[in-house]
Amino acid sequence: MTTTAAAAPVAALEHISRVYRMGQTEVRALDDFSFTFRQGEYWAVMGSSGSGKSTLLNILGCLDRPNEGSYKVRGEDTQDLDDDALSELRSRHLGFVFQNYNLLPQLNVLENILVPIFYQDVPPEGIEERAVELARRVGLGTRLHHRPTELSGGQQQRVAIARALINDPALILADEATGNLDSTTAQEILALLDELHGEGKTIVLVTHEASVGNRAQHLLRLKDGRIEEVKHNREGKL
Amino acid sequence: MIRGALWRTVRLGVGSLMLHKLRSMLTTLGVLFGVSSVIAMLAIGEGASKQAQDQIRALGSQNVIMRSIKPREDFATGSQATRVVSYGLLNEDLARVEKTFPGVKRVVPVREIPLEVRHQDRALNPRVMSTLPIYRDVTGRVVSEGRFLTAADEAAVANVCVMSDEVARYLFPFQSPIGEKVKIGADYYVVVGTTLSRKRLGSDPALAGEVSASEVFIPLETGRKWYGDMQVKIRSGSREMEEVQLHEIVMEVDAPENVPMVAAAAREMLARNHRQRDYELVVPLELLLQAEETKRTFNIVLGSIAGISLLVGGIGIMNVMLATVTERTREIGIRRALGAKRRHIVTQFLVETVVLSVSGGILGVALGLLIPMYVEYKYMMPTIVTPFSPVIAFGISVGVGIVFGLYPAWRAANMDPVEALRHE
Repeated sequence: MTTTAAAAPVAALEHISRVYRMGQTEVRALDDFSFTFRQGEYWAVMGSSGSGKSTLLNILGCLDRPNEGSYKVRGEDTQDLDDDALSELRSRHLGFVFQNYNLLPQLNVLENILVPIFYQDVPPEGIEERAVELARRVGLGTRLHHRPTELSGGQQQRVAIARALINDPALILADEATGNLDSTTAQEILALLDELHGEGKTIVLVTHEASVGNRAQHLLRLKDGRIEEVKHNREGKL
Repeated sequence: MIRGALWRTVRLGVGSLMLHKLRSMLTTLGVLFGVSSVIAMLAIGEGASKQAQDQIRALGSQNVIMRSIKPREDFATGSQATRVVSYGLLNEDLARVEKTFPGVKRVVPVREIPLEVRHQDRALNPRVMSTLPIYRDVTGRVVSEGRFLTAADEAAVANVCVMSDEVARYLFPFQSPIGEKVKIGADYYVVVGTTLSRKRLGSDPALAGEVSASEVFIPLETGRKWYGDMQVKIRSGSREMEEVQLHEIVMEVDAPENVPMVAAAAREMLARNHRQRDYELVVPLELLLQAEETKRTFNIVLGSIAGISLLVGGIGIMNVMLATVTERTREIGIRRALGAKRRHIVTQFLVETVVLSVSGGILGVALGLLIPMYVEYKYMMPTIVTPFSPVIAFGISVGVGIVFGLYPAWRAANMDPVEALRHE
C-alpha cells in the first residue's frame, strides 16, 4: 500500500470506529478504519462532507478518541493515555495548521509561534532563536512583533505553519489550509508544504479541492467512514 | 520570554483583560467598592468607638456619678410670676454615701453656679463648679500651670479659682492668667491655676455635661457662702427660683469589681429618698461595657455588609468571566490543540480572575485609606485605620477572585477541544 515500505510508521490506525449519537440515529463517522501514515509521506485526504475526513483528522490529532480500535503515534498506543498525556503528546509530536489560521489575537507573531512550547514543562534550550529562525523561514522575519490583525491571510497562515513546526513534530495536520486564501497565496502556502515534505516532514492535508489533493504525494479518498480510493500521484520526495 | 511560567501567564492574562479595558474596569468596581467600604467603615467605626471609650475613661472608670436633673414640669408655667422649684441631690445624700457606703474610697460633691466669668471686656459662660480639692484626683484633671484648689483655700473660704486652658486662652489671650483677677458674677477671684482642657464629649447627652472643655473651679465653701442654694433664673415674663443643694456627687470606688455594687446601692438609695426622678446615675464602667458591646454589634453589621458587597463583587466577576469563557471558546480550543493541559486552561482563567479582583483590591485599599483621611479632614471625626484591615481586605479580594474564578475556569478547561475549535 505504501511506496516506502521501509519507512517507520508515524501514525497507525487499526480498526478505528467513531460513532456519534444524534438522538435515535447513530452516525458512524469512521467505520472499521485502518491505515498507516509513514515517516516522510505527504498525504492529501479528500471526500465529500460527512465522509469522515474531519473525524479522521481529529483522531490523528488526539483531539478525539475512537470508540473502537487502536491509534498509535510513533508506536505509542494512545488508548491508555489520559487527557494530560494526550495534551503532552500534542504539544511534543503534532503540528496543526487550520483553515482559519487560529492565531491568538492578543499575542504577536513570535509569541504565537511559541505557544506550543509554553505548554511543555521544560522548554528546550534556545527555543526563542528557533522561533525567530522559523519566522524568517516562512518569510516573516521582519514582522516578529506584529499582531495577527496586522497581517494578511497568507501571512497569518505562514505564522500558523511556523507554529506547527516549532516543536519539530512527527506529524503535521493541515485542515483546509488553503481554504480561506486566494489562489496565488494558496499556491505559496502549498509550495511551502511541498518544501517541508522535501525536508522529510510527514504531512496529512485535508482538502476538498481536487487541484490541492492531486498536488500531494499521495491521495486518500474517504466515503462514509471508509477508504474509497488510494492514489499515488508522485513517487518519492520532490 | 520563557522565564517563569506563572509570570508569563499573568502577563498574558493582563493582555487579554486589556483587550476589553472598559469591561475589565467595570468588573473591578464591585470589589473596589467592597474593599474600600470595609476599610473606611472599619476606620471610622474604630475612631468613633475609641473616642467614646476615651471619653468614658476620662470620667473615671472607677467612678460612680450621681447628678441632679430638673424633673419634667407637669403644670403650666407662667401662671405664677414667681415660684421656687426645688429638686436634685441633697446634702443628706452626700452624708449617707459618706457614712454608709462600703467600697467607696472618696466622695466629692459639686455645686454649679450659673454665672458669667469676665476679664476686662471678655466674658464667657463656662461651667463654674464649686468643689473640693480632691476633685482633681478623683476625676483625673491635669494641672497645666499653677496649682489646683487646696485645703487651705477651703479653710480660708478664699476667692480663688482654677480654670481650664480653653477658658484661660479666651479670657487671657496674650498673657498667663496666673495671679490675675477675674470677675465671677459680682465678685473677683484670683486665678491660681489652669487645667488641661478635655475634649468635648460627642453626642451622648449623658456625658456631654460632665467633661466639657470650659470649666472654672472655685472652693466648695466659697461657693456656698456667696451663692447659697438658691439660684434665680429670669425668663420672659416670669422669675424662676431653683433650689439645688448639690449638682453632682462623684464617688470613687476602691476597686473596679466593686463598681456594680456601689452603683446598685446608689440607685437604691436615690430611689428610696427621692419622691421624683430628679437625679441620674452615670456609671462610666457600665457605659464602657455598653460601648464595647455596641462596637461588637457594629463590627458584626459591618462584617455582614462587607461580606455582602464582596459577594456581589465576586458574582459580578464570575458573571463576566463566564461570558469571557464563552466568548473565547475558540481560543480555548486552539490552546488545547496546541498542547495546553486542563490545568493550563484553569490557571489561565483563574489568573485573569485574580488579576481582576486584585486590581479591584489594590484600588479599593487605596480608596479605603483616602476616605478616612477625607472624613477626618472634612468632618473632624477621628478615624483609626488598623494595620490589619487593609491586609485582610486585600486578602479577601484575592480569595474572592479564586473562589469566583474557579467555576468559569473549570468550565473552560472541560470544554471538548473539537467542539471548541469548531466554535465561531
